[in-house]
Amino acid sequence: MLDQTAAAGSARSRSTTSFVELDRVSLRYGEDASGTLALQRTNLKVGPGEFVAIVGPSGCGKSTLMKVVTGLWQPTQGAVVVNGRRVNAPLSIVGMAFQNATLLPWRTTLANVMLPLEIVEPHCTKLRREREAYEVKARELIALVGLAGFEQHFPWQLSGGMQQRASLCRALIHDPLLLMLDEPFASLDMFTREELWLALQDLWLARRPTVILVTHDLREAVFLADRVLVMSARPGRIIAEAAVELPRPRNLETTYDSYSVDLVHSLRERISAARAS
Amino acid sequence: MVTGIVEDIPDAPRKPLWLRRRTLRLVLPWLVIIGLFLFWELIVRAFQIEPFVLPAPSAIFASGWQWRMPILDNAWQTLFTTVIGFFIAVIIGLAGGIAVGSSTLAYDSLYPALIGFNSIPKVAVVPILVIWFGVGTVPAVITAFLIAFFPILVNVAVGIATVEPELQDVLRALGASRWQVIRKVGLPRSMPYFFASLKVAITFAFVGTIVAETVAANKGIGNLMLVASSRFEVPLAFAGLLVTSVMGIGMYLVTVLVEQRMTGWAMRGADGGMQPRV
Repeated sequence: MLDQTAAAGSARSRSTTSFVELDRVSLRYGEDASGTLALQRTNLKVGPGEFVAIVGPSGCGKSTLMKVVTGLWQPTQGAVVVNGRRVNAPLSIVGMAFQNATLLPWRTTLANVMLPLEIVEPHCTKLRREREAYEVKARELIALVGLAGFEQHFPWQLSGGMQQRASLCRALIHDPLLLMLDEPFASLDMFTREELWLALQDLWLARRPTVILVTHDLREAVFLADRVLVMSARPGRIIAEAAVELPRPRNLETTYDSYSVDLVHSLRERISAARAS
Repeated sequence: MVTGIVEDIPDAPRKPLWLRRRTLRLVLPWLVIIGLFLFWELIVRAFQIEPFVLPAPSAIFASGWQWRMPILDNAWQTLFTTVIGFFIAVIIGLAGGIAVGSSTLAYDSLYPALIGFNSIPKVAVVPILVIWFGVGTVPAVITAFLIAFFPILVNVAVGIATVEPELQDVLRALGASRWQVIRKVGLPRSMPYFFASLKVAITFAFVGTIVAETVAANKGIGNLMLVASSRFEVPLAFAGLLVTSVMGIGMYLVTVLVEQRMTGWAMRGADGGMQPRV
């Protein structure tokens, strides 16, 4: 079920055109050669509209990978290509959500969700004239994740799960082609997490952005993703991948059927092996 | 087995009006001030202290009423000078704070010089200002500004420099420019720091004005007090002090009002929580 892809990143790509492509990307912290090597000749290909989950031992460079793909950090070596263009500055077609909701405390839920519209073109220039239309759109999105009625609340008036929902809305409001999720549900309790898995699946099915999800939770990876990638211990590389052949939309029961459980098991073994090495 | 437990706790009877927290918070400050004056009056009378050493509050108020026109005239001059110096301090402090806080390079290069500059006692600068600008309003405005701008600059710089990296990443990942990050995140975030510094700065500005007026002016409360004490009109000098502190409290309240309007989001819990402020 798990394929070795130590050197076969390019050979095993599912579609011929890829939306995100990392070609032998290395990243070293600090300015000289003595810095920690976080990524070493990492290859990665993600097709358009694909939902990919990245799992691995902690500290393996998963979050570094996110920063490199979005252009927040420049790789020390290698090339990052997104949507056919080489990345050398932060991308504006990306929506991001992190482990912390990182909402702006002086803005209401609605204003927080609409923040990207004030920055990303073409929305930025259209926002002044078409404010009402945009507000309707934001309210619809807020209602879709179950936050209707909390549009005028401030972040400190929301629970952790509600803040995370709002943060997902903010990541999606400008219709990004690429959604980068860095352990967005890690700080939530199990029930809230499962609820948000369903919400995220609905959002993805409705809009079909390309998604890269970094997570520690193997059940989460198997439930949500089309393909699960396993990273090695630092310096990180993709060392294995598994396709998840489950029909959509998936429901929470599928995470307990034998197919999912077996897949979680074998992923778990790969990661323990990666930790030990 | 899960058993529900229901207890009936009767509502506590409401306290009478004069014991409620709200009423107390409004009334107590006045009681403290009045009590202080009564205590002072009592001490002066009991020990028969001479008026030119420590005048009784009754004598101060009487003298203040007698000289009310010159006091008002000079108080207006002091207030005017302070507010101008304060406004310049706000503008320069805000701009400087943004510059110093948003770039580590500017921070590292400017900070030592600023610390050195702030260590200079401003009283010592007044004579130099007099040489440059002559006796009058200008040295007082500049002294008020010099004392008041530093806390503003430092606080705004700290507020902007300590923005959480994640918050910056959210905006940078959208392609936001440096200035957009400052405007959308850095500035709003530093507003609580900014207003905290305004409260310090406005009282500092009064100190600056009065010091300068005492040394080199022919108008203003500082000058009035200097003249009064040289003529042994000690109650009048005390009346000047009293008027200054009243103006100080007044300006302080103005900044508090503006602060409450601008940074209500940072004052959570003050009204108990779950009511949205719309």
